[in-house]
Amino acid sequence: MAKIFGAVEIDSNRCKGCDLCVAACPTSVLSLQPKEVNDRGYHFAYTVNPDACIGCGSCAAVCPDACIEVYRLVDKNA
Amino acid sequence: MTREDIIKDENKVYSRPRLLLDATMHYCPGCSHGVVHKLVAEVLEELGMEDTAIGVAPVGCAVFAYNYIDIDWIEAAHGRAPAVATAVSRLQPDNVVFTYQGDGDLAAIGTAETIHACTRGENIMIIFINNGIYGMTGGQMAPTTLEGMKTSTTPYGRRADINGFPVKISDIVAMLDGTCYVTRQAVHTPAAVRSARKAIRQALINTREKRGTSFVEIVSTCSSGWKLSPVKANKWMEENMFAKYPLGDIKNTEVKK
Repeated sequence: MAKIFGAVEIDSNRCKGCDLCVAACPTSVLSLQPKEVNDRGYHFAYTVNPDACIGCGSCAAVCPDACIEVYRLVDKNA
Repeated sequence: MTREDIIKDENKVYSRPRLLLDATMHYCPGCSHGVVHKLVAEVLEELGMEDTAIGVAPVGCAVFAYNYIDIDWIEAAHGRAPAVATAVSRLQPDNVVFTYQGDGDLAAIGTAETIHACTRGENIMIIFINNGIYGMTGGQMAPTTLEGMKTSTTPYGRRADINGFPVKISDIVAMLDGTCYVTRQAVHTPAAVRSARKAIRQALINTREKRGTSFVEIVSTCSSGWKLSPVKANKWMEENMFAKYPLGDIKNTEVKK
């Protein structure tokens, strides 16, 4: 059966830490940084559980600042 | 499978729309405006309208829309965006003209312009961001504020006997003969975002084909004005706003009944 691998790239300086991507992610990949902040003082989103990503793009769809890029690879042999 | 194997250009399924400029938006964290800007940029790119589209920016939170989407823009006086768009669409019939307005701009000061532009059936698209509050000026009551909703000018909640009832502009313009497509959407979940994208695409095609006025209402959140976190604001919107402003197409003359 084919296996889907996904990955997201987050522009952490553009992120405003609104938490919407975290709520939209069906596989709990994302989280907000608990302590670290970006240049503008927001707790930006990061991939806390990157292996679970399926590249569905839900996080990118709801991101108001368009700071998420999504990659998806379907491995037919896996 | 390593991260480097997955992050390659051929595997990219979503990236920032090309028409969205690099400027960081001034909107508060979690504001629906950002999502709608992104959708407009995506759809304009998809339909190849970057050279023909002319946007009319309102007064309100979206006043700086011209800083974020790389097309031609005009800034209108408060509420007068449909009137300005009328002039632009009549003088430049080859261009696709749309306005982008909030509820204070469209449903309060600009009600007359909106209704008459829709009555005349001008070939424009109107995007109406309805968050039930005046977000830019500090969360005052707007005509679309729900009954019982607390704002800075109705601290005990909006009362129908003093403040009147909320106005449902989309239902009003749907009754006018000039409109060809009236729909109400939201952008709180990925599914809703996709549905809103389809609605904006349909409205822009209607405008290009000169079928009449297309009116896309987006029920939105104002986490700063509502004094909730963005996630809680979305939840509050689902529980309260959708009861008064149900989602879906209100009028679509393209669909044969």
